Amino acid sequence: MKLTIVTAIAGLLVVVVILELLRRRQLREKYAVLWLVVGLIVVPLGAFPKMLDSVATTAGVRSGVSLVLFLGFVFLLLVCIHLSWESSRLEEETRSLAEEVALIRTQLAEQERTAAIALIRTESAERERAND
Amino acid sequence: MINNKRVLIIIPAWNESASIADVIREVRGELPEVDLLVVDDGSTDDTAKVARAAGATVSRLPYNLGVGGAMRLGYRYAYENDYDVAIQIDADGQHDPRYVPKLVDHLDEASLVIGARFAGEGDYTVRGPRKWTMVMLSGVLSRMAKTKLTDTTSGFRACNRDIIRLFAEWYPVEYLGDTVETTVRVIRLKHKVIQVPVAMRARQAGTPSHSPAKAMVYLGRAFITLLLAIARR
Repeated sequence: MKLTIVTAIAGLLVVVVILELLRRRQLREKYAVLWLVVGLIVVPLGAFPKMLDSVATTAGVRSGVSLVLFLGFVFLLLVCIHLSWESSRLEEETRSLAEEVALIRTQLAEQERTAAIALIRTESAERERAND
Repeated sequence: MINNKRVLIIIPAWNESASIADVIREVRGELPEVDLLVVDDGSTDDTAKVARAAGATVSRLPYNLGVGGAMRLGYRYAYENDYDVAIQIDADGQHDPRYVPKLVDHLDEASLVIGARFAGEGDYTVRGPRKWTMVMLSGVLSRMAKTKLTDTTSGFRACNRDIIRLFAEWYPVEYLGDTVETTVRVIRLKHKVIQVPVAMRARQAGTPSHSPAKAMVYLGRAFITLLLAIARR
């Protein structure tokens, strides 16, 4: 009976934390949905651990709890892969941005230099005209 | 201008303030008619300042991206400023700028020309896993390119407009990707790749890694890079 309570509380905690993060705009909706779904699955399972036993038996797993454990592991693995993928994409994006910034600054410096040279030229031309 | 071609020399530099000025001065002296872009790959020393003072155009990345990132920036610059030829040179003084016109000449026959050690000129030698790596890489890449390539990890290379355009939008950041993977990609896109023998000098600053363990890791990485490069679309 204790296990049921612990699981249910853990599930509720997840849901509450997610909702709070969402409320403070600290979490993108696309991730929030995922974790809310997880929380909503865990809470009833905590209350009724025998719920999945029939499904587990059909799948050849002795108890529903083991099945949940296994699926949870697979799920977390997939989430990790997804995060690696996302961070690879982000790295590529920040890399492009860094290059873009460097390129723009180089162009800016070059323009400033040509402008400065042009200014010096017109000034010296004017000075010569004044001297004449 | 070399052979009526607008030529840009790209020098990727990361904390090379000790050698960069000499390299720039040497290139300027040997090849006064080419433009020079130093890509400062987020150096923590005053590489950018030294390079600018020595007379190069400097692009400064806001943080360190690795050679691949620096090189893509260089090729983007070459592409946007409409250069006919882009040439990579290392900032540590290993590459002799006197070979640049030779590389440019050979661009008439190929899209990518690699300045290669172990090809007759110079007396640069390696042993152990490092040698095996080079033998493996050159074996596979020579077969793919249908020409002899003995020094596929050489960073001394010249390329034409087609390749500038390719590298401006695609250039791997991973270690060895900047040399091996790019070569594989260029060959697989049906561009001609050839090598020209050059003599390499000892680096003027910095130290090469010589431990056997590192050399084995290098072999492994080269193998993985090669497999991935071949498997990738």
